Amino acid sequence: MLPKEYSSISNLSGPLMVVDKITDVRYDELAEIRLSNGERRRGRVLEITEDRALVQVYEGSTGIDADTTKIRFLGDVLMLPVAKTMLGRIFNGRGVPIDGGAEIIPEKALDVNGNPMNPYSRDYPSEFIQTGISTIDGMNPLVRGQKLPIFSGSGLPHNRIAAQIARQSTVISGHAAFAVVFAAMGITFEEASFFMEDFRKTGALERTVMFVNLADDPAIERIATPRLALTCAEYLAFEHDMHVLVILTDLTNYCEALREISAARKEVPGRRGYPGYLYTDLATMYERAGRLRGKSGSITQFPILTMPEDDKTHPIPDLTGYITEGQIILGRSLHRKGIYPPVDVMPSLSRLKDKGIGKDKTREDHADLMNQLFAAYSQGKEAKELAVILGDSALSEEDKAFAKFADLFEDTYVRQGEYENRTIEATLRLGWELLTLVPVKELKRIRDAYIEKYLQPLIAEKAEKAKK
Amino acid sequence: MAMDKTIQGTIAKISGPLVVAKNMLGARMFDVVRVGEAGLVGEIIELRDDTASVQVYEETSGLKPGEIVVDTNESLSVELGPGLIEQFYDGIQRPLESIESVAASPYITRGISVPAISRTKKWDFVPTASKGDSVTAGDILGTVRETILVEHRIMVPPGLEGTIERIAGGSFTVEEIVAVIKDGRGRSHDVSLLSRWPVRKPRPVTRRLAPELPLTTGQRVVDMFFPIARGGTACVPGPFGSGKTVIQHQLAKWADAEIVVYIGCGERGNEMTDVLLEFPELEDPRSGHPLMKRTLLIANTSNMPVAAREASIYTGITIAEYFRDMGYSVALMADSTSRWAEALREMSGRLEEMPGEEGYPAYLGTRMASFYERAGRAICLGKDRREGAVSVIGAVSPPGGDLSEPVTQNTLRVAKVFWGLDAQLAYQRHFPAINWLTSYSLYAETLGEYWDNEYDGEWSDMRIQAMSLLEEEDQLKEIVRLVGIDALSREERIVMETSKSIREDFLHQNSFHEVDTYASMDKQVKMIRNILTFHRLGMQALARGALLKDIIASPIREDIARMRYVEESKLDGLDDLEKKITEELGKFTASGGEEDVA
Repeated sequence: MLPKEYSSISNLSGPLMVVDKITDVRYDELAEIRLSNGERRRGRVLEITEDRALVQVYEGSTGIDADTTKIRFLGDVLMLPVAKTMLGRIFNGRGVPIDGGAEIIPEKALDVNGNPMNPYSRDYPSEFIQTGISTIDGMNPLVRGQKLPIFSGSGLPHNRIAAQIARQSTVISGHAAFAVVFAAMGITFEEASFFMEDFRKTGALERTVMFVNLADDPAIERIATPRLALTCAEYLAFEHDMHVLVILTDLTNYCEALREISAARKEVPGRRGYPGYLYTDLATMYERAGRLRGKSGSITQFPILTMPEDDKTHPIPDLTGYITEGQIILGRSLHRKGIYPPVDVMPSLSRLKDKGIGKDKTREDHADLMNQLFAAYSQGKEAKELAVILGDSALSEEDKAFAKFADLFEDTYVRQGEYENRTIEATLRLGWELLTLVPVKELKRIRDAYIEKYLQPLIAEKAEKAKK
Repeated sequence: MAMDKTIQGTIAKISGPLVVAKNMLGARMFDVVRVGEAGLVGEIIELRDDTASVQVYEETSGLKPGEIVVDTNESLSVELGPGLIEQFYDGIQRPLESIESVAASPYITRGISVPAISRTKKWDFVPTASKGDSVTAGDILGTVRETILVEHRIMVPPGLEGTIERIAGGSFTVEEIVAVIKDGRGRSHDVSLLSRWPVRKPRPVTRRLAPELPLTTGQRVVDMFFPIARGGTACVPGPFGSGKTVIQHQLAKWADAEIVVYIGCGERGNEMTDVLLEFPELEDPRSGHPLMKRTLLIANTSNMPVAAREASIYTGITIAEYFRDMGYSVALMADSTSRWAEALREMSGRLEEMPGEEGYPAYLGTRMASFYERAGRAICLGKDRREGAVSVIGAVSPPGGDLSEPVTQNTLRVAKVFWGLDAQLAYQRHFPAINWLTSYSLYAETLGEYWDNEYDGEWSDMRIQAMSLLEEEDQLKEIVRLVGIDALSREERIVMETSKSIREDFLHQNSFHEVDTYASMDKQVKMIRNILTFHRLGMQALARGALLKDIIASPIREDIARMRYVEESKLDGLDDLEKKITEELGKFTASGGEEDVA
């Protein structure tokens, strides 16, 4: 039996419409809207009373009238038909193929909202992923099942970094069952085609599923796009045992779409007009990353967001930082100095690093070395600030050593080529080499045994060279 | 009176976690209701004529108007009895392990009803009271060995008084009757191992006491600088990435409480998994048994239904109070209370209440205060006048690290210890990133008296000396920033060096290092004493005319830097170090005119 069709649309405002005189409609149900010109759109029930429903229209309300437009409630929540053949395909923000290929023959249909993972059923992420980027591998190591956003700003090369990570972690994992799910929310055609081109060139496209909502696509559709992508990722990870890397870009556009709906519903706004439930809403997406006990697949998330005015305290990066397991922050001053990737290691953080590094994972000295590099870089930067005010002569010998360390750290450790794929051993060695610049007694964060084993040979080597 | 008739209404409106039901006349505020055919758990939070607003603790998607809403005629309660310890609950006390097996899925599906405490497991009940004894509320009837670390004491429920008619030892399930008590009016009351208590009502005590005993945590910056008392309240506000959760985990691990209740409220799923996997592996430094044997976890992660997040805090504190009533010292960590406040805000918004500051409801302050007030040290109910305590440590996540926001401010009004986390320290990887200049503890004085007794009056002096050195360093740093280090006198240089040593060798503590992660008070005292000895003798040597550069370059300082790695069993080494410091610095004498450069 076909569901009943209503033409009792009473109120239209922004992306929302009110339908009267309804019966038997469920909360969160999917609706299909038929315009008088035959166009079909989709919507979702946001609020329901006994005889009226508030519906959010994914494609926006432009062109809908209260007179001839008809609406049907489909009896189910938004579902995504999934199949393994989605790999290599490109979809729009609603999950319809746009690459000219055939329709997907679904193996099953899944609720795009998913269900919360039982924390008891989770497995703690502890497998190191080598991205080939020193600032990540060495200083803020990523593990499988982690959610690590890139906090960027307009004009910074976050897309290139994301593409590099997608490209290089593919190569090294050596795991055949590796996939990338890419969700674009409100990014420009240029940005989207950069990713497509890059994936195509490197052959990554056939292992990639893309969901693309461009800047000129309906804003409300963006609410669904990341959920479709994550549903697809969950399917690939936990039913086909794949390691899935999910790239979501740009979360700022997503949050703005959410604010638009909230404003249309006249809700009490939280900070900067964003709804009070922004934290919960973002969490329902970010928390879909992870690993499950007894399953070999994993979902690792790389959300990208551009901080308005590079302000880390803006609600979007702020709430994101409270949910995700760390953040990679890009720095404008590094970018101006021409350093790629401009990762500002000081405020960047990977919360899950401690379980992913060390003996049998990367190397025994990794944690100590990392902490020492952080401390030394921080001290070097402080010394440099001092030198700016008082001149070089005011620095002690130690301070001078640290200042030099900080410069070289940025120039050789942070800086690397877009196609340069450093192994973790290369990254660690680079770190130790840099530490030869500072006095050994200042290295308080490293166990003596490691200094003996890793640093002394390098110092000896250096002395040898100096002699010649 | 609700009589025996069940109150049953129908759904009139659904908006997210808020469901409005009509025909609910006779239902009471905060009654638990079952919503819809799926039987979702909800709680009445507003009544208007015959309509009730219900906050639903599970996902409401798929509900429709017209479905039934049934009043259970009971307020939201927790089950109390043996089997609580080592459990991992969701916000409304459903064991997550059972949810997994009932749902047969790694995801939490809806409408699952599982008992909080196993009904089939048998416990050995050992009576400590006997037939004919006259007992009052809180008296201990007998005990059950719940885990190797916890003896579960079965108490006469609050409100009951009389003589024991029957009591028997043996093996029982939680529902079986272990004792019968006849009250003054001749009525018999059955007592089983299991009892229930409404979460929003504090459990009664005989008398509350001022917190004057320390709760040691093995964290140097906490125990020595900003100590917390048993039954005290503390808050840890800080921006993301400043290490709130690590501190909470450290306290849960090393605090010398007998029971630890850890509430993950609206936080990350992986963090809870971490605790779950790590705690059984970690050894309690005092008993040598796994920490999990005294720990209970409650998780309502950020993606789980928002209303249950609100409940999780109350579930946790009620269980904590129950163990306090047995005479235990309980530590409760709530990470993070900001998420709880946000859940309040979300429900308030859906109820269309007039918002207060930043959209939070006007009653935010009272709710927070009444939660923190449930902490405390007290004489419990019962004739033996045993003492118990609940200490509460709440993390706060201020948006943008801005401490002027309502949740932080309301917390500061009630919490007595403030551990202010500093993003700058976190960037420098100085952990715990507790700022030593802005943080405070209102227990410092009372606890100072306690520790002075233990350490010959030395403790408070050393604490104040160390803190004023850091204060002085802060001012000197300002001068260095403006005119350079050369502007400082030789004495001031020593102050700078000592302060650096306090910061780097004492306050900085590596929670991932097997030895450094925990320091007993003995070790802390010896460490700070050595640093201060170096300072005092360094100053004296300067006065004798020794060279500053010699003092600074003294190799003994490396030993000071390595004090943290001295194992608890070898603390004598620290006393030896003190002698060595005295010897070394005693050697420095007048330089005889050599120029001193630093």
